[in-house]
Amino acid sequence: MPAWYEVSTASTYSDVRAIEILMRDPPYLRVFSPLRCETPLWGLHCRWKIYMMRVSELPRPSPERLLLQAQAEENKRWGARLKIFLGYAAGVGKSYRMLDEARRRHERGEDVVVGAIQPQQSEDLHAILQQLELIPPIPTPQGQTLDVEAVLRRAPQVCVIDPLAATNPPGSRNSHRWQDVQELLRSGISVLTSVNLLHVEGYKEKVQAITGKDTAETIPKSFLLAADDIVIVDVPTDLCLSRLGEKLTSIGISNSQERQLSELRELALLLTAEVVDAQLESYVHAHGIKPVFGTQERFLICITPDSNALAMIESGRRNKERFQGELHVLYVTRRGRPEHESPTVETYLEAARKAGAATEVLESDDPITAITQFAFEKRITQIFIGHGSHENWRDRFFGGPVLRLMRAAEGIDVRVFPR
Amino acid sequence: MPVPQETQRSDLKVYLGYAAGVGKTFQMLEDAHAAAQRGLDVVVAYFEPHARRDTIEQVEGLDIVPHRKLDYRGRTFQEMDTDAVLQRRPRIALVDELAHTNIPGSQRTKRWEDVQVLLDAGIEVWTTMNVQHIESLNDQIWQITGIQVRETVPDWVIRQAAEIVAVDVTPEALLNRLKRGAIYKPEMVQKALTGFFKGSNLGALRELTLRQAAHEVDLRQSAYDETSRFQVSRVPKARSSEAAADESKERILIHITADSSSAMLLRRGRRVADFLHADCLALFVHKTAEITDLPAAEREAVEKHLRFARNLRIQTQILAGPDIPRTVVEYARRSQVSQIFVARPRGRLRERLLGRNYAEEIVRMAHDLQVTIVADRSRGQVS
Repeated sequence: MPAWYEVSTASTYSDVRAIEILMRDPPYLRVFSPLRCETPLWGLHCRWKIYMMRVSELPRPSPERLLLQAQAEENKRWGARLKIFLGYAAGVGKSYRMLDEARRRHERGEDVVVGAIQPQQSEDLHAILQQLELIPPIPTPQGQTLDVEAVLRRAPQVCVIDPLAATNPPGSRNSHRWQDVQELLRSGISVLTSVNLLHVEGYKEKVQAITGKDTAETIPKSFLLAADDIVIVDVPTDLCLSRLGEKLTSIGISNSQERQLSELRELALLLTAEVVDAQLESYVHAHGIKPVFGTQERFLICITPDSNALAMIESGRRNKERFQGELHVLYVTRRGRPEHESPTVETYLEAARKAGAATEVLESDDPITAITQFAFEKRITQIFIGHGSHENWRDRFFGGPVLRLMRAAEGIDVRVFPR
Repeated sequence: MPVPQETQRSDLKVYLGYAAGVGKTFQMLEDAHAAAQRGLDVVVAYFEPHARRDTIEQVEGLDIVPHRKLDYRGRTFQEMDTDAVLQRRPRIALVDELAHTNIPGSQRTKRWEDVQVLLDAGIEVWTTMNVQHIESLNDQIWQITGIQVRETVPDWVIRQAAEIVAVDVTPEALLNRLKRGAIYKPEMVQKALTGFFKGSNLGALRELTLRQAAHEVDLRQSAYDETSRFQVSRVPKARSSEAAADESKERILIHITADSSSAMLLRRGRRVADFLHADCLALFVHKTAEITDLPAAEREAVEKHLRFARNLRIQTQILAGPDIPRTVVEYARRSQVSQIFVARPRGRLRERLLGRNYAEEIVRMAHDLQVTIVADRSRGQVS
């Protein structure tokens, strides 16, 4: 549980307001629940205690994230780092980029060895490999296996493993090569490795749908997310094709292939962005700094039983798709919500889940604050809300919920939908 | 005089990075060497003279068009000699730093304008830029880094590129390069580490670069599908015509005023319209049709915003109407606008009470339309 800090006491309500306003601005502190009142039974004076919470403690990390952090920390204790070079297809030049880095590190005096290498090498790869020490892999009928024991005995600073996706033959220490890599990292050996999008879990099907190619090898996505560094090796699709020795588009044969590659390229860029975003989030957590807004579009749809929720959800789905963003749907109910409105809301939430949204129901007497709070926590960039249904004299004077949200949601776009 | 050849507009290729030192220029030069080896006529048209040592080594062996030297306020500056490049007529010209602003006295204000001239003359251009120089991202960059970037390139310039290459490097490697003095001179390093290169900035900018590159790749796929649909069959499939109808529905109207927030509104509108494949137009409403009777400062501001809109390739419209919010809403209804973009009212109570609040009035009036109140992204970062 995040800790509450008692920061001040005040004896009048106007002092409380003053402190609340003062404390709202510094980036590290936010008034979470500004006041708790302790009323002495006998006195006329009220004393107000003011508590607050560090912003960095507000969003609770998921168990998965904690596990990843623990893994990363364990590796770091030994000074070992995992660096992954990701490519969208064969021929983008992952191996070259990786070996080039290995060579530069070797030249700067780091102890670099090569543990596994692709069977076929181009001339420039061969030239680099000449300068580096190779720990010979174990030949097997299925291919080559990383000699984990030999690498551990040799105990270099950095080991190059190309490619990452490989299944070890039966009877090996580990069934997959990525597990070998984990073992090296645990022993304090940094690893440089390369992977093709095709082999990332969850992308296999997408790649298959695009290219029709199948693969037996997959690497858990969590392995990628736990990497200390990930680099995308990006080249234009035509260059990739020409390196593959395919006929260029000008001949008019591989038009569809270029189209396929371009889709893979987009997926790889977005996957890298996702990993970078996860790293950014842990950095922000670890350093207790203000969350970073606006690196990705994140939409929040606020629904009510009488809003035109389905149209809003449909628009949200389209926006999410176009912006490659995140979609959240939120329903704020007053405490003890009336039973009659829930079936409608349930239908809406179901439609939202179908549209790929993360749904959330919150209970609060102050919907606007609840929405704003949620939006800040989730780093939302656009809030969708329906036009108010009726305006009473109070709304006319002070502004209805829509106008109040518009004022409260600083730094976030508010899009108002017709009813 | 050489006989004018067929001048077909040529291709543009952009190397997109997220900071100085990620290796954009290096990558471009490496590709240039490969192209030269294949027998293509490549020249270096502009190259940062204060470049990194390993980058300078990369230039060797490539043909260089000498820079133009210009004196300005007692100092000598170097700019690309566009005329000399035109005369030289290479197949491919390398132009570093697309976002650069030329020294006053140059023929054109911006380097990207020089690049347009080269492209129009049928010369293929390869160029480099950082994500923070993309015009429509300007406010987001401000929000993220707290730094306002002054030199920007309109999105349509990048959109015309046939290829975008993301040049990626980990922030850690970048910081190592910086500390080794490979990017800036030693006395600049400390400043850079506490400024642009600090903390989460690099990660955030890197993520933006990757997402922008993915978006650019996606746009080119759609364009490809458009053309191939015509090639494959004259009759579009039912699904795609449905999709086309779906797309044509979106129309964004940006309400601009004399207020400085209008620039930010235009950038955001342009960006959203690009992602949604929507039409985008900007509207200024005034009591009379002539904006000449506005006070001078206000008129200048409005004219600046209208110019800026056209610069972003947004259609502009000036309308006369006694009641500004009503005119905006009625125009939106008349011209099938799906979304109205308005600026978020300023936070101060005094201003809210004294001035008219168009955003709130438009929201109240346009019950049948979508209204987007655009956040002021430059605020909240001011420390």
